[in-house]
Amino acid sequence: MKLDSRIPSGPVEGKWDKRKFDMKLVNPANKRHYKVLVVGSGLAGSAAAASLAELGYQVDCFCFQDSPRRAHSIAAQGGINAAKNYPNDGDSVRRLFYDTVKGGDFRAREANVYRLAQVSNSIIDQCVAQGVPFAREYGGLLANRSFGGAQVSRTFYARGQTGQQLLLGAYSALSRQIGLGTVKMHTRTEMLDIVVVNGHAKGILTRDLVTGKVERHAADAVVLATGGYGNVFYLSTNAAGCNVTATYRAHKRGAAFANPCYTQIHPTCIPVTGDHQSKLTLMSESLRNDGRVWAPKAKGDKRKFSDIPDAERDYFLERKYPSYGNLCPRDIASRSVKEACDEGRGVGETGLGVYLDFADAIKRIGEPKVRERYGNLFQMYEKITGENPYQMPMRIYPAVHYTMGGLWVDYDLMSSIPGLFVAGEANFSDHGANRLGASALMQGLADGYFVLPYTIGDYLAGQPRAAKDKVKTDAPEFTAVEKEVKGQVDKLLSIKGKRTPTSFHRELGRLVWDKCGMARDAKGLSEALAKIPAIRQEFWENVNVLGEGDGLNQSLERAGRVADFIDFAELMCTDALHRNESCGGHFRTEHQTEEGEAKRDDENYCYVGAWEYKGAGVKPELHKEKLEFEAVHLATRSYK
Amino acid sequence: MSSQSLNLTLKVWRQQNAQSKGHLATYKVKDISVDMSFLEMLDVLNERLIEQKEEPIAFDHDCREGICGMCSLVINGLPHGPEGGTTTCQLHMRKFKDGDTIFIEPWRAKAFPVIKDLVVDRTAFDKIIQAGGFVSVNTGQAQDANNLPIGKETADLAMDAAQCIGCGACVAACKNASAMLFVSAKVSQLALLPQGQAERERRVLSMVKTMDEAGFGNCSNQYECEASCPKEISVGFIGKMNAEYLRAGFKSTSGPARKSED
Repeated sequence: MKLDSRIPSGPVEGKWDKRKFDMKLVNPANKRHYKVLVVGSGLAGSAAAASLAELGYQVDCFCFQDSPRRAHSIAAQGGINAAKNYPNDGDSVRRLFYDTVKGGDFRAREANVYRLAQVSNSIIDQCVAQGVPFAREYGGLLANRSFGGAQVSRTFYARGQTGQQLLLGAYSALSRQIGLGTVKMHTRTEMLDIVVVNGHAKGILTRDLVTGKVERHAADAVVLATGGYGNVFYLSTNAAGCNVTATYRAHKRGAAFANPCYTQIHPTCIPVTGDHQSKLTLMSESLRNDGRVWAPKAKGDKRKFSDIPDAERDYFLERKYPSYGNLCPRDIASRSVKEACDEGRGVGETGLGVYLDFADAIKRIGEPKVRERYGNLFQMYEKITGENPYQMPMRIYPAVHYTMGGLWVDYDLMSSIPGLFVAGEANFSDHGANRLGASALMQGLADGYFVLPYTIGDYLAGQPRAAKDKVKTDAPEFTAVEKEVKGQVDKLLSIKGKRTPTSFHRELGRLVWDKCGMARDAKGLSEALAKIPAIRQEFWENVNVLGEGDGLNQSLERAGRVADFIDFAELMCTDALHRNESCGGHFRTEHQTEEGEAKRDDENYCYVGAWEYKGAGVKPELHKEKLEFEAVHLATRSYK
Repeated sequence: MSSQSLNLTLKVWRQQNAQSKGHLATYKVKDISVDMSFLEMLDVLNERLIEQKEEPIAFDHDCREGICGMCSLVINGLPHGPEGGTTTCQLHMRKFKDGDTIFIEPWRAKAFPVIKDLVVDRTAFDKIIQAGGFVSVNTGQAQDANNLPIGKETADLAMDAAQCIGCGACVAACKNASAMLFVSAKVSQLALLPQGQAERERRVLSMVKTMDEAGFGNCSNQYECEASCPKEISVGFIGKMNAEYLRAGFKSTSGPARKSED
């Protein structure tokens, strides 16, 4: 495998224009001869499916939920960044680009990030045109707020439900195309494999989750917009259904997986209460606009928060990072919270928590204003914890939230399998080793609305147009893959062991959280790598999936996903062990500064680590894409 | 937080598939922590059922933080259970008492047929949106976002309507299985905003027509929908939709007339 990032030449400002001009086009009358499969209906998938259909391509879109509107993009709370500079505070495309590269600890591909910043403004325009009700000022113009890792206010928002409103915007565009008959939507349908013919992705195999029927779909190109792999940790802020199956199975068919060890642990989530816990709930980063993070100064201080005087509280983010304060980037905030708890200064029953306190904000701007800004988040917190955050501080602890790693893609978002494109969280390209807040929505929509509609056209222009030259579902490659897919379903149903799929998932999650979570070291990672094969072996001998394959069977769905998580966890730990430096969310305890900050090794690790699948039980092969920084200086991140 | 725990009797609707007849099955669950969500309590039961070689109960869920709209369940006769403004996934067991018997059923409506156990088919909602719940703007056609000032009050009201999560509780709560609250939320959002003006009449006519064809009933102004809505969407939007529909009837010459039901 040879990775060619195909980054256009020339200065960073002109690369996207140059690439767009150099692309081959498909004439409007010919577009209807090409079919594209879009797997996933979140921001990236819905936006891509709608935009491609508007252009005239035939599109089939797939989601495992009962409606495309359920995709997990909907849960994003705080906002979406754009370089509009409406507040007149010095923002620009270049500043958004720079902040994002720096926020990612200089492990993202410069050219992609610049393009992201360039198209950010068009995203806001597009969403407003769709009727997305962003927050506004009394004069009728759009409001902004601040997010981590930036010193300008560039985040657009719709209360604490920005992801919901953006997704419903994309869903409305998609629905319009479904109504027009240009997109065929397949709900409650899960992709189980991709089909590669003569080296190109030409179709997928799916399972209809209601009838259990395994179906073949042939096309001229395939888009995976299937989200991240945060649920490998079992507990995360992801939806219960989020999984790695589509991307991991594509990986097994030849798509390189890049930087799987880059995972984002979000600092402000509601702490775990017990073993029954099925998911963790995020409290938006936007809360750090007004909330102050603190822990008691003294170890083991079990006094009630109100009995701890100000002088005995440690507002540790403000103390350690005076210029960014509570709005330092997520990886840094998370580590600081962990540090306070590890020192024995954590609060709550478990000691795994610190305070996020709004008392000062309520004093300063009043409770109604706080309610207007964060009301739905406060309500959510109250429902889950039974505590009223207007009267007492929230307790928060970091949790897995987002994954920066993903399938490797070139500048056109095409994976190492020609014809297989990857968008949104499922790819690796824009966030380096740490994603800044309000940048995930931006990237999902950038990929779907403004990148793929161009780059897929360039690929399709080189593909056969006549029906007789196209791959059809009766090709032997489809038959072979279908046999494997059905074989796995039958195998899972036949084991009838003693343990539930969930119990394996929980065991795996605990292991990777302990060994490959917020802090990692060579010893722990080696231990995890030694243990995962044993979990896999027991899974395939002792999992118990009841019911049949020919109807709705949620245990079977889960078992298939857990099987892929087990294999993927091994890849993630392999990558984490190989990356012998700390950067962003990848914190190797062996590599830290005296102050406990991540210490990069640019001489040896300034590259994308892309892994090639070499077969079951065989160590994957590492390919390195060197990261070249031409527009920014490689520097040590400082938020002090 | 509390370390209290509950012992409960559950009466759960079991139905193998759309064709088969369903029944209420009785299960006892023990040592349920009050910190669990309602769905986590069902997770515990399902894990136990698998261990006893009984097929687990199928129910829809995904985000488990009250926003995706995937979870449902009629709990003791109330969609999303007894707590106002809450989805089932956000309902916590501290709202129940030790020894309680809890009835758990699927959404019941002609337009939402049962697929299995507690899972229903809500594609009728998607069809209504496909009929007009959008602004016809292709990618790339937008002007600068600030060229279209929208007063804060209007934007806030549009957002109140836009918060709908499409869960279907309004339909499940209504004795007529009416989808008026759902449809009116989208109609109102777009009718309030300048972006929605060009298609204002055809949108409401087309969405209402599709709603009627899907088998949803009519509104008889009893407001169970609002009471059960996890996002507390106001029935005021139903009034707004009726006005929009009437207005469109006067203005439109091409749109379909609504059949009279009363």
